Amino acid sequence: MWQAVYAELKDQGFEMVAVAFDTAGKAAVEAKIRAADIAERPVVLARLMGWSEDLWARQAPPTYPCLIDQGHEVAERYGMRNVPQAVWIDEHGRLVRPVESAGTYDMVPHMDRETFEVPEEAAAHGLEVRNAYIDALRDWVRHGADSRYVLPADEIRQRMSGPRPDDVLAANHVRLGRYLYTQGELARAKQHFNEAVRLCPASWNYRRQSMMLDADRVGELNGGEDFFAAFDANRQYPYYPEADLGLAEA
Amino acid sequence: MSATVLLYDERETTLPGVEASGDALWLSASELEQATGWKLQSEGLCRGDACVGVDPAWRDGEDRIDVTAFARHMDQPITRDDNIWAFGESVSARHDALFSLEAPDFTLPDIDGVMHSLSDYRGKKVFLHSWGSY
Repeated sequence: MWQAVYAELKDQGFEMVAVAFDTAGKAAVEAKIRAADIAERPVVLARLMGWSEDLWARQAPPTYPCLIDQGHEVAERYGMRNVPQAVWIDEHGRLVRPVESAGTYDMVPHMDRETFEVPEEAAAHGLEVRNAYIDALRDWVRHGADSRYVLPADEIRQRMSGPRPDDVLAANHVRLGRYLYTQGELARAKQHFNEAVRLCPASWNYRRQSMMLDADRVGELNGGEDFFAAFDANRQYPYYPEADLGLAEA
Repeated sequence: MSATVLLYDERETTLPGVEASGDALWLSASELEQATGWKLQSEGLCRGDACVGVDPAWRDGEDRIDVTAFARHMDQPITRDDNIWAFGESVSARHDALFSLEAPDFTLPDIDGVMHSLSDYRGKKVFLHSWGSY
């Protein structure tokens, strides 16, 4: 889906870089990056993620760089706590917005847990959130520093949360867990992922990853009971806090 | 033969013949440099532009350095599982890097194993987004 946005903007001094936080690496992400089945993807996914019919119809396998981050290192460096999140970086390598949800509306509380269907009203809101975010991105690509979505440095800092000691410790457990995973030490790897979740409960990346390390689950989108149980038990940690696209102060 | 594995940021090094003594991990200067990038010089331990004075407590008579004491001095998290040791970045280093608003750089492989750095795309606007299969 992002490919449709990329195709539209790529000749305007714009690059898109995707990073997959996936400890199982290629095995987990290959099917989604090669996307041979792209035309067969169920439309229910478009509604869940707020993609418009237009962008959904234009989906294609990505031609932008899709990188694999088995150790969730980019998540640590940028303080990304769920996927998908994004950040805008200007020509000089500076952040012009904080790390934030990339046009994602939290549909989990609204969806039917068997069919993944969402009611009209929620679907309409999801579509609105997604479209507003993509329009903001288009505006930035067109107007650069003059875009009203480029925020002042102080505002960006204010919107980001810095790491706590337990966050860097959690990341260190993920570093160890990732190593053990690649050595085939699954049980020991899981202990470290679970410890990372305990230390950094706000990280949905760690929590979601920790549930999907077994060989029979690698690469699957978790729609299982364990996901919903974890979602219900951790409502105090925002899942997809909505990006605030309100205009910057003049 | 015993060996110690050091995960230091994104470096991964296996050091044959190295064993912990209690909570300390003594490395020769060349092992330390190989595993961490920190080099023992007359000014202290140096990496890039940074040099840190060496506390006598971290150094023995054979110029070996206790990497755990050094890491504690640097406020780095240390996590150990048997013979595998992970050393992360300090809170202040992570915080300062992000809050400078210079986008933290990284180098990662794509699906064909080709390495890409964020800084390769300097000069363009970059939309950096994360996803996961799960």
